[in-house]
Amino acid sequence: MIVSSILETVVGPIKLARPVILASGILGISLEVFERLYKAGAGAVVTKSLSRVPWEGYPNPTVVGLGSDYGNGWINAVGLSNPGARNFASMMTNQSRHHKAPIIVSLVGSVAAEFEEMISEFSDCSVTAYELNMSCPHVEKVGLEVGDDPELAADIVRATKRASPLTPVIVKVGLGSSNYLDTVGAAADAGADAITAINTIRAIAIDAELQMPILSHKFGGLSGPPIKPVALRCVYEIAAQYDIPIMGCGGISTWEDAIEFILAGASAVQVGSALGNYSNNNSNEFGLFSEINNGIESYMKRKGISNIGEIVGLVR
Amino acid sequence: MSDRVRNHPFVVTVEDVIDETPTVRTLVFSDDLMASARPGQFAMVWVPGAYELPMSIMVAQNRRAAFTVRRHGPASTSLYNVKKGGQIAVRGPYGRSFDIKNGRLLLVGGGTGLVPLMRLISHSALGNQIVLMMGAQNKSEVFFDDLASEMLAKHHRGSRVIISTDDGSYGFRGRITDVVDDTLAKPDEHFDAVYTCGPELMMYKVISSAHRSGVFAQASLERMMKCGAGMCGSCVAGSDVVCQDGTVFDAVHLLANPEFGFTYRDKSGVISRWQ
Repeated sequence: MIVSSILETVVGPIKLARPVILASGILGISLEVFERLYKAGAGAVVTKSLSRVPWEGYPNPTVVGLGSDYGNGWINAVGLSNPGARNFASMMTNQSRHHKAPIIVSLVGSVAAEFEEMISEFSDCSVTAYELNMSCPHVEKVGLEVGDDPELAADIVRATKRASPLTPVIVKVGLGSSNYLDTVGAAADAGADAITAINTIRAIAIDAELQMPILSHKFGGLSGPPIKPVALRCVYEIAAQYDIPIMGCGGISTWEDAIEFILAGASAVQVGSALGNYSNNNSNEFGLFSEINNGIESYMKRKGISNIGEIVGLVR
Repeated sequence: MSDRVRNHPFVVTVEDVIDETPTVRTLVFSDDLMASARPGQFAMVWVPGAYELPMSIMVAQNRRAAFTVRRHGPASTSLYNVKKGGQIAVRGPYGRSFDIKNGRLLLVGGGTGLVPLMRLISHSALGNQIVLMMGAQNKSEVFFDDLASEMLAKHHRGSRVIISTDDGSYGFRGRITDVVDDTLAKPDEHFDAVYTCGPELMMYKVISSAHRSGVFAQASLERMMKCGAGMCGSCVAGSDVVCQDGTVFDAVHLLANPEFGFTYRDKSGVISRWQ
């Protein structure tokens, strides 16, 4: 483990040794992989979004890379494939003694009762926080369709807090058809401890030669560097309007990106697609975490900053 | 999109279709990038309007590339059914390749797992002595035996192909893993490396025997692939991200992975047992 107190950060009630976190949907089903990520420098890992029962997701093609002409963006419609909350919880229970990585459990569902039921599965597990996926843009009846309804979102947050009063609850928001800031406000009022902003942005990829959509689901979510300025704007807006801790997410690939999100108001950052781009040129894709951590640390030393909290939301 | 993008499907036309067995076909196409793939690397192959699936890249004449597919589930059947002149789209190549040693090499393949081994033969230094062992259920399911013999005769003197079938209709009767065990146990047989690709339980036996015999060995793992780029996590096996860290792994590493030879993750990521 990399020990560096200068990189400690707090996201509301969540204390982290390092500010760079694995985003949900990325590599998130193996506890052994989580340990590798933690040793590589991740401050925490977010699981794939878990549903009440296992989901297979959509058939391939589920992921398409856009290449350097389009900022190395990606569009995916994996379809929230996941082994289900119960299977994941039993894996965590069985292997808990081997694991040190702080695990943020991402949950996805349509109604409050589903979230309560899933949380009951984790009663014997060490869960750092729950992240409620209210922003996946490519699966019906969940994700963004929940997040677009601030009342439903608030209802789910309240139920989650009731089911697990001691575990922090984060709400992950995205850009849907209603104003995402209303959802942030509703979640904050309902007791959410933090916000993750943002998820992928609904998009499509079409092949000109074959004259058809590339992804089997047609629509997917755009991620990677192309969405960074938009995600940065959202973090900035949330920080300006609400007094709630934020995890920044969306296109973060370098330490400069991470610093920009912190300056905009994020207390921690999540990376995802950057791993896919980093792996194009590096044999060990997990090296991305220490690269970002080291960059943040050097920046802080150069600027005379002793604690990340000093610069969270500094830019107004 | 003017330049070739590694992670974006690139459309190619199938120029030849070769029936290898009643259930296995090779689709040949021209693509310099895929033709230059190293042994063990794979492509994500999209059959437009149907599925995308990971395929090991086969050698083909005239600097072309190919995929050899057995019709099995919906995805492989959709690729199997592509006709000459049909279009498919490829991205990659992905993954690490075999670390090809020099000297006397033992290659053990089952079914379409022979594909990366054929590529390995084509990349192996001239003069290496190669023993290629292949197993099949019966004679009608044996393929690449003539092609392999031809490739070995040309550049690798003293090499040979050993075949076994479950019903004894061709070559030895029985499992190829028993032939591997017998061969490695012979005091007068020496190998500098063992490479295997095929059904996981076969690879598990081959890797275990090679390791017991103290011979360097590698296997190419097959797992559920979606992105190919180390993001989606669908291919994880223990602590390994197979599309990135593999698909080729050393025996020592594999034998320390509790999933190797025992379990795999299904489409939803639930851990299931190999049958």
